[in-house]
Amino acid sequence: MEANSIKQKRTGIVLFSEYKRGEGISKALEIGRENILFEVRSSKLKGRGGAGFPTSTKWMLTAASKADEKFIICNADEGEPGTFKDRVLLMEYPELVFDGMVIGGFTIGAKVGIVYLRGEYEYMLSFLEDYLEKMRKDNLLGKNIVGKNFDFDIEIRLGAGAYVCGEETALIESLEGHRGESRNRPPYPVNRGFNGCPTSVNNVETLASVPHILIKGGDWYAKVGTDKSAGSKLFSISGDCKKPGVYELPWGTKISEMLKLVDAPSAKAVQVGGASGICVPESQFDRTFAYEDIATGGSIMIFGKNRDMLKVLKNFMEFFVEESCGQCTPCRIGNVKLLEGVEMIEKGEFTFDYINKLKDLGKSMQIASKCGLGQSSPNPFISILDNFKDEILNKIEAK
Amino acid sequence: MEDKKKSRAPVSQQSFKVEKPTDLNTIGGTVTVELNEKKVSVPFGTTILEACRDNQIHIPTLCHHDDLCVAGVCRVCVVEVEGMRTLQAACAFPITSPIKVKTSTSDVRKARRHVIDLMLSEHFGECYSCIRNNNCELQSLAEEYGVDGYTFGHVTKPTYEKDLSSYSVIRDMSKCVLCKRCVRTCIDLQEVGVLEAIDRGDKTHIGTFLEKPLADVICINCGQCINRCPTGALHANDPSDEIWAAIEDPKKHVVIQTAPSPRAAIGECFGLEPGHSMTYQLNSALKRIGFNGVFDTNFTADLTIFEEGTELIIRLFKALVQKDTSVALPQFTSCSPGWVKYIEHFYPEYINNLSTAKSPQQMFGAILKTFYAQQIGIDPKDIVSVAVMPCSAKKFECNRPEMNSSGYQDVDFGLTTRELAKMIKEAGIYLPEMPKQHFDTPFGDASGAGLIFGATGGVMEAAIRSVVEFVTGLKVEDVFANANVIPVRGFEGVKYYEIPIAVVGPVPDILKHLVPDWNWLKGATLKIAVAHGTANAKKVMDDIKSGGKFSECHFIEFMACPGGCIGGGGQPIPTSLEIRKARAKAIYEEDESLEIRKAHDNPYVTMIYEKFFTEGPCGHLSHKLLHTHYTPRGKYIS
Ligand SMILES: Cc1cc2nc3c(=O)[nH]c(=O)nc-3n(C[C@H](O)[C@H](O)[C@H](O)COP(=O)(O)O)c2cc1C
Ligand code: SF4
Ligand code: SF4
Ligand code: SF4
Ligand code: SF4
Ligand code: FES
Repeated sequence: MEANSIKQKRTGIVLFSEYKRGEGISKALEIGRENILFEVRSSKLKGRGGAGFPTSTKWMLTAASKADEKFIICNADEGEPGTFKDRVLLMEYPELVFDGMVIGGFTIGAKVGIVYLRGEYEYMLSFLEDYLEKMRKDNLLGKNIVGKNFDFDIEIRLGAGAYVCGEETALIESLEGHRGESRNRPPYPVNRGFNGCPTSVNNVETLASVPHILIKGGDWYAKVGTDKSAGSKLFSISGDCKKPGVYELPWGTKISEMLKLVDAPSAKAVQVGGASGICVPESQFDRTFAYEDIATGGSIMIFGKNRDMLKVLKNFMEFFVEESCGQCTPCRIGNVKLLEGVEMIEKGEFTFDYINKLKDLGKSMQIASKCGLGQSSPNPFISILDNFKDEILNKIEAK
Repeated sequence: MEDKKKSRAPVSQQSFKVEKPTDLNTIGGTVTVELNEKKVSVPFGTTILEACRDNQIHIPTLCHHDDLCVAGVCRVCVVEVEGMRTLQAACAFPITSPIKVKTSTSDVRKARRHVIDLMLSEHFGECYSCIRNNNCELQSLAEEYGVDGYTFGHVTKPTYEKDLSSYSVIRDMSKCVLCKRCVRTCIDLQEVGVLEAIDRGDKTHIGTFLEKPLADVICINCGQCINRCPTGALHANDPSDEIWAAIEDPKKHVVIQTAPSPRAAIGECFGLEPGHSMTYQLNSALKRIGFNGVFDTNFTADLTIFEEGTELIIRLFKALVQKDTSVALPQFTSCSPGWVKYIEHFYPEYINNLSTAKSPQQMFGAILKTFYAQQIGIDPKDIVSVAVMPCSAKKFECNRPEMNSSGYQDVDFGLTTRELAKMIKEAGIYLPEMPKQHFDTPFGDASGAGLIFGATGGVMEAAIRSVVEFVTGLKVEDVFANANVIPVRGFEGVKYYEIPIAVVGPVPDILKHLVPDWNWLKGATLKIAVAHGTANAKKVMDDIKSGGKFSECHFIEFMACPGGCIGGGGQPIPTSLEIRKARAKAIYEEDESLEIRKAHDNPYVTMIYEKFFTEGPCGHLSHKLLHTHYTPRGKYIS
């Protein structure tokens, strides 16, 4: 398959703009570590995998961690329901992702990069392998990259299909051949990650942003978006709209603007951030996508007027009951209790007192669970029941 | 940082052991933290839990166990760390910067209560019908947090079928709270690796390889997982009902042998501090319960020294003098049935190195149904033989098909310390106030050598006390002050020691038929080693396999359980290094208080070689009754 043969005509401010393969790598090796870190820092780039940790800080910490071996891992698990933007980047813009990895590897002092590819994306494997082979031929990978005395190579590993394996420490456990279970933190992967070595785990989109930042400059990038949320973001938009797909939008875009763009006039709710995100009702459609307002990894699900929000919630909770790694108490059993609560509401057999107890439980889960999965799984329960109280109550009365 | 290769547990089940500075005065050696607004200085890398414990702040725990690596999964130990969005598990959080910790905010209390409520909602069990009633960490937590109802419901039916397959360990997963202590015990502390979490989400449970019954996998029956399970989900296979029935059956002659370790620990079941030996009180309690004969396992421990020591001399003589290259050396001890099954599974190519001598329990069983039966004129079929052991593997051992050389099952029941304590309580006896009483004839009280078998290094020390005197003709007291062989004592994982043999004496009568003289040992150096816990055993075995220094040893003592028998899987719960040390101390103190402290000074042992095993140690009859063979099992199970 020719690398760019399936490229659709996409336009965007950063990621979907012009970029010449290898350009970022050459620039990076020319300007050196310090300057790369400086550019990435001035770009204010934050991790696009959901947690929003400043990328320059992550790289700096990994670079500063003393060890013989270090790793950079590209998190291509893309397991959050409703997101498919990493797939687009990998299939249509592999040059951005892999150049970003080489740059990151160079910056932190890694010789090996690993792509942890979602099991369902196995079909991409031969395409990506071919692409890497081409990079090796062109001396963008392998020994002495672009003649700058830097050795680096990339391997691709397939994930085993569990949502939690997208969580960086569970991902590392899985790479090491263990059950996908998240680790205790500290230590953070930047100090002790894959095989005990300092490791930077970066989302596909984060890595793909870096070559542009190096070419166009960190300051330029920081001017896109808002003050606190620099740059652009890819959104995977699905659900009740006419033009679903992957869009690149600057941070600070309003929900209502987004809905116009995808032609969704009858939306009554937008789930931002996938199953673990929050559900925004129509009354709040003037809110913005931004770290200071509604932060997101980019999954957007639009629910039209006829959607049953309780069913939506039930789907999410079923997802978490199944996808919890089962390690810690709040998440393993808590999600079961929340799901049972939804089923009680469904049957009309509940008391407000008990539902409030469950919301309270949800709050404990948010702070006491071991990893991000359990910490965010009560989000839809709390936000849907809060924001759609009337709808859900009316439904009960209608029975 | 911890050497990650040492552990087989996934990192998610390991602690982040920050190397603590050796010199606390170096810059960064200590960190000043605020614990509930109190400023304290702690060594870099101390966990929040440790820091709180040192400052009289109680933090509830469940998945944490001092013997094990950190899991951080139960989440009852959560605390607030200023500036962090979520609560942190105190057990898993190493202090590396000047943090501010609050341990009892309303968020913290609520979260802990929620965690407990959630665990109880899925926990099937009623405390009053549970083996761990009054000794259960889940129960205590519920009490501590004032649980007076089931906030999130409660299961009313068992969630899993009990696994009753094993002679030693029963798994009742309906009571499991998934703290993974058993998993970590098995894979990390013991390096066996039988148990692991299986499935995900709400289906997660602790299972075995291919969900096979415990009896069909590579479980070595050590019971260490039982000792560390906070609930009644794991317990030993309790034969006490059958024993009561035998006692109540007038046709049966029920005898019991007590091992030293249960005696050093059983007081804990009656509220005593660890470290009080109950040997003689136990004798009268057992008589009151209705046992017809109460004997000291140490008698056959003394006998073991003769049999196993003689076997070693034979092996050494063959190898060194007769240059017989087929002799397997080093010789390994065989009295720990957990260790025996471990080597059968993991190093089957080395089973010839195991001493063929049976364990003291099994020797006693064989003697009771032969010599003893003759002496008192009772048909051995009417003898019911019980052994009080610190050990769950002893239950498996007495049921090994080869253990019937008396013509009957040599030992009928292995009873753990905990189970015996329960029987004593059922009989309405408060053990500590029982009068002291000696053991019954014809075996009497044994020597201190047999007694110290209970602690790691004890078999070796007992052997040294005899071998030194046999070979050199010197008094052991002249070589080791007060006959205490300190170099083989203590809780270091692997101990190694060399004894140079400078002088030799005359061969004692009892060994004259085996060796002409000791000249062949003159100038030799006896190399010995001691390992306790199968993880340490593994280190030694791997070293032997690769031809390292342990392959040059002559004799190695292995115990499956950390600390030796005093830390056995049948001992009172809880267990910790301090508790095991206290029990060992009790044993060594009892040894020093005894008149007879060497196996060969035990007059009853001399008596039995004169009256019964007349060909001496390793003779025909002793081979038949006191020795056994092993089964190479391998790791792969069909
Ligand atoms: C349950 C769970 C699932 C996650 N799944 C993904 C994922 O599929 N892809 C991803 O990039 N990050 C995922 N993350 C976030 C990662 O843990 C991690 O923060 C991210 O890969 C870091 O990269 P970034 O800094 O570039 O965002 C997930 C986190 C959690 C808690
Ligand atoms: S929060 Fe859920 S997914 Fe994360 S460790 Fe706990 S059980 Fe596993
Ligand atoms: S395990 Fe503990 S809490 Fe459960 S029934 Fe037994 S004693 Fe009660
Ligand atoms: S008895 Fe020992 S070997 Fe068996 S499961 Fe428990 S810890 Fe593992
Ligand atoms: S069996 Fe016991 S030790 Fe093992 S996970 Fe369950 S409760 Fe914990
Ligand atoms: S005791 Fe700390 S998480 Fe269980």
